[in-house]
Amino acid sequence: MERILYGDNQFFAVNHLSDSKSQSLAIRFKNNDAIIKTLDHARDAGINTFMCTTHDRIAQICDVIRKNPKKYKDFKIYPCMPYAHKYANAVTDLGIAGTIKQYMPGNLFGTMFKGSKAVISKDYVSIMELLIDAEMKMFKGIDTPVIFLQNVMTDLLLGLGMVDLLKGFHDYIAKKYDAEAGFITMNMPKLLDTLEASGISNPIICASINKVNFRMSGGREIYEETLRTRKFRAIAMQVLGGGAIPPKEAIEYVSGLPNVESILFGASSKANIQNTVETINDFDRNSV
Amino acid sequence: MVTRVALIGAGKMGISHLSILGAHANVEVVGVCDTSKLVLGALQKYTKFNCYTNHLKMLDEVQPDAVMIALPTKFHYDFTKDVLNRGIHAFVEKPFCLSPEQSEELVQLAAAKKLVNQVGYHNKFVGTFQEVKKLVAENYIGSIQHFEGEAYGPVVIKKKADTWRSDPAEGGGCLMDYASHVIDLINDILSPVAAVQGSMLKTLYSSQVDDAVFSLLRLENGTSGLLSVNWSDETYRKMSTSMTLLGSKGKIISDANEMKVYFKDDNCPPGYSKGWNVKNVTDLTEQVDFYLRGEEYSSQVDYFVKSVLGTAPNAINTFKSAWITDKAIATIKKNAKISI
Repeated sequence: MERILYGDNQFFAVNHLSDSKSQSLAIRFKNNDAIIKTLDHARDAGINTFMCTTHDRIAQICDVIRKNPKKYKDFKIYPCMPYAHKYANAVTDLGIAGTIKQYMPGNLFGTMFKGSKAVISKDYVSIMELLIDAEMKMFKGIDTPVIFLQNVMTDLLLGLGMVDLLKGFHDYIAKKYDAEAGFITMNMPKLLDTLEASGISNPIICASINKVNFRMSGGREIYEETLRTRKFRAIAMQVLGGGAIPPKEAIEYVSGLPNVESILFGASSKANIQNTVETINDFDRNSV
Repeated sequence: MVTRVALIGAGKMGISHLSILGAHANVEVVGVCDTSKLVLGALQKYTKFNCYTNHLKMLDEVQPDAVMIALPTKFHYDFTKDVLNRGIHAFVEKPFCLSPEQSEELVQLAAAKKLVNQVGYHNKFVGTFQEVKKLVAENYIGSIQHFEGEAYGPVVIKKKADTWRSDPAEGGGCLMDYASHVIDLINDILSPVAAVQGSMLKTLYSSQVDDAVFSLLRLENGTSGLLSVNWSDETYRKMSTSMTLLGSKGKIISDANEMKVYFKDDNCPPGYSKGWNVKNVTDLTEQVDFYLRGEEYSSQVDYFVKSVLGTAPNAINTFKSAWITDKAIATIKKNAKISI
């Protein structure tokens, strides 16, 4: 994985600080051109990996990337699935079974769960695989070496103890897409214990890691201890702690931690992208 | 100390509660009850939870200390009664009951049996709204001249097949589902709704229920203001709830992420100054042990568990506070009918 990964929250009005900021982002990135232009700023700054959710609009961005193979020659996407709000809003409206039915291709769900037929375990794995395939469709022909399970799903399965499904995701990504599975989580130490116990060694885990303890369940000390003593490939996200830490101070903290392979960040202006990349590079150079 | 908890209803909220309970150090999940073959099948195959399709059988067999009920609203009354009558502490999803008469009966039953009781109005555990409550209670923005309580989101944005949420007899609709959150915040932060001076319940895409609610409210302490809620607004990515309070000494505009406060003079609490102040939920939120969809969901479960174990006072989101909200919902409904 590259040292710096570029995220997509800013494109889809995800802002942990303010609902009104969300709205202005939605206006600013209404057109795909604005997204592409910002992606190009990130590429100019030396970032070649875009980590993004499987939002409908990413499908349109993928079209642009496919149409310009020369320009995006070494460009990689790390898909993160599912786009949770799509499903969450649908579940409120249609229920759990109704939602799966809506997002599964064709009438497979209807055939599977007709009448009083018992649901067998093979069916759950099939549902998961079909949903993964549906989400992956938009990336056809694009290099996707790491494919992530979003934190809502990872952490839901983690709390429920559905370890086999976490393992199932991991194995299916390797088998079908010849890629590595990654897990986004807000509960990094607990997830690592669980993944290791299920037989996944050296997993890729993307977690909130920052100086102010923001979304670091169990607290910063346990996170630092886990990074120091355990074997896994960590990606630090939310390094600004939702905006609570000045960028330079935030990056200095994360750069100084052992075992953080990559840093994920999102920014919407050319200057902010350049500054962030330069700051990370500076701290990396000084620590070598 | 460990408490033995069971779940009745494993839908969207139930599954989320179950995951949080499953990760909680002081909880042993002793049973899960649901009627969906799809969901129960998955729980049986992939988790260690004891699954049931009949809640009475579950309650009698596993005898939990506490139960979380996350069923469609129309079932809350009967199921909660079954739980309380067995001497079991109860957490019930919001909105509480279909009628305030039912809510009142459950308030009295829980009190008579001395049982811990809580309803899932999770906004009360959101840091920004907690801070708003504190600033109002300590009179830092003076007497409230006007308030606006709002919520918008993209739940029903086109005509679709019906579910229980689209059936008024089952507790569906924007007033019950969405607006109840805002009404509950108004009741808690300002004062209970005393009268409704005009209401519109609008149908935008649903065939039988309201998709938007607009009301003029007068509160018991004399304050008046506006309720504006619409769950058919796709310009919002997810539910956005907000409160605007105009007071004699200042103004507050708050949503679940950000709180902006304006103080007219220097007489403000520590950490604030005259003019505009902005605080984010990250400044106001305590770390949780297990995070799923927002700190507030973990915090409310943790508070319930602590109340059952006797280490929290069971003062937030009691059945009584949810009954007050049910009364306001009924008044708005009645008023809207008259005004049509």
